[in-house]
Order: sequence, then structure tokens, then C-alpha cells
Amino acid sequence: MIIRIMGEGQYRAPEALCNELNKIDNKIVALVAEGNAREFRTEFMKLISEIKGKGEALGVEEFLESDIIVPPEDLSFEEAKAIFTGDGIIED
Amino acid sequence: MGLFTRMETVFKSKMNKVLNRMEDPRETLDYSYEKQLELLQNVKRGVAEVTTSKKRLQLQRAKLVLSNEKLGQQAKEAVAANREDLARMALERKAAIQQQVDGIDREILELEKQEEKLIASEKRLSTKVEIFRTKKESIKAQYSAAEAQVKINESVTGIGEEMADVGLALDRAENKTEEMKARAEAIDDLMEAGALDDLTDSRDGIERELAKISTQSSVESELAKLKAEAGKGPEKAKTGVESTGPEEGKEV
Repeated sequence: MIIRIMGEGQYRAPEALCNELNKIDNKIVALVAEGNAREFRTEFMKLISEIKGKGEALGVEEFLESDIIVPPEDLSFEEAKAIFTGDGIIED
Repeated sequence: MGLFTRMETVFKSKMNKVLNRMEDPRETLDYSYEKQLELLQNVKRGVAEVTTSKKRLQLQRAKLVLSNEKLGQQAKEAVAANREDLARMALERKAAIQQQVDGIDREILELEKQEEKLIASEKRLSTKVEIFRTKKESIKAQYSAAEAQVKINESVTGIGEEMADVGLALDRAENKTEEMKARAEAIDDLMEAGALDDLTDSRDGIERELAKISTQSSVESELAKLKAEAGKGPEKAKTGVESTGPEEGKEV
């Protein structure tokens, strides 16, 4: 899977990592629905650091479309309400 | 994916309108490249705007810090002159200004983050654009309609996503810059209205009162000196702020 973190470039993620990310993604959807801004921030930062830490950064010479697009780090809780709904950013 | 989909749709629909009118697919590559260069120019402008906005806030911060130092000094003088009311007023103003300074510090930090991100995005896109330029020339050179169409689509959509991403980063930076401009203007207005003034230039309030105290004590000491010289009394010349006369607590 190819994942883009907005404003930070693309990463190649193995299947196992995508499953992990999906769990975090679903947790974020629940937290946003509850209106829990603090926990949302913690989980969202975790999602991004998992991708950066366990994914493989794509070189600039590769021109690939992403399968998953992760919002930028400075996403506000208000913006998150419009994005983390239903399945979230990763389809179940 | 709200934000991004919207951005990407805008990019793609603009592209598609033009692409549909193009007869030769190779024109697609040239058109896309032109768009990339345009975007890079816009990103450069965006970075410059963020930098300008940050500088403006830094200048305001410097002004406020000067006011704060002045107020601190005035509070000391007021205490020395036994004018607790003036000292309190100076310290209240000082605290209000300090809050503004803290707010500006947070905003400067935020702008710096935006600036760094935008510069990094610009670098990434710039490298991709250069690679795209080489790629497109090679595709055009070996052009045969059937296979080239696939390669063209791959290249254009691949870099299109990058463009959409950078375009969105630019939008966010511009919004942030607009917010900061509004904030900077609000502080300017407060300064003009005197709400954040250290009262150095105005002829009322703390400065005027302190000046009066200082004038009175120098008059008293001058008077005492003259009396002593004329042998008109046993007083010794008084100095400085040790005697301020029967100063009533005046309205400030």
C-alpha cells in the first residue's frame, strides 16, 4: 500500500502495518464521534508516527498515486470531524 | 477524505477540461509541466508571505517588550515615591502586555512550523518537477500513441497528487497568514488606542504623576537650599525623592 501523509510525502506500508493503522483509524473515528479532542490528538499523532517509523519513505523519483491519504499533522479537531467518519481514512 | 478530495477534484477537473480539448496527448505533458511551474511560483510567494507575517509579529513583540521594560521601571519609581496606586497601575498594564507577548510567541512558533513545512514541500515538488521534465521529454521522443498514453497518464496523475498536496499546504499556510495579519492589525489598533501604551508619551497617568513627584522634590530641595543660603531657617537642603511634600492621592 502507498500512503501519503499530507505535506510530508509518501510511504510504502506492508500489509501488517496497514492492519495496525486501520485499528488506530477506527479508534480515531470513535473518539471524534465522542468529541474527545485530547485522546484524538494522541491517537492521530500515533497514526502518523507509526507510518513514519514502520513505513518505507518513497523516493522523489517515483510517481505513484496513493492508496491512503493521511491528513496533515496540524489537523484541527473541527477538520477531523469532517474526515474521520464512517470507515475513517482506511476502508475496513 | 474531505480536505484532500476537494483539493484533488479542483486540480483534476481543471486539468481535464483542458486535456479534453487537446488533440495530441503529448500536449498533456507540456500543459501539466506548465501547471507545475505555476504552482512552484505560488509556493515561493506563499513562503515569502509567511516570512513577512512572521517578521511583522516579531517587530510588534519587540515594541511590546520595550513597553514592558518601561512599565517595570515606572513601577519601581512609583514604589520609591510611595505611590502604590501608580505602581499597581503600571504592573497591571505590564501584565496585560505580557499576555500579548506570550500570545505572539505562540503564533510566531506556529508560523515557523508552517514556513518549514512549506519550504520542505516546495523542495520535494521542485525535485519531482525536474524529474517530470526529463521524463516528459523522453516520452515525447519515443512517442507512439498506444503505449505513450499509459505512461503519460501515470506521470500526470502521479505528480498531480503531489501538486494537490502542495496546493493544499499552500492554502493552509495562506489561511494561517491571514489569521496572523488580522491578529497583528488588532494589536496595532490596541497600541494606537493607547490600550497597550506605556504612557511614556502621553501627558497623563503614571509618567505625568512621576514627573510631578520628581519636579516637586527638586523644587523642595531647591527651596531648602535657597532658604539655607539666606539663613532663613535651620533646614538642611533636601535631596531627591526623600521628600515629596504633602502629595494628595490624585485621580490618574
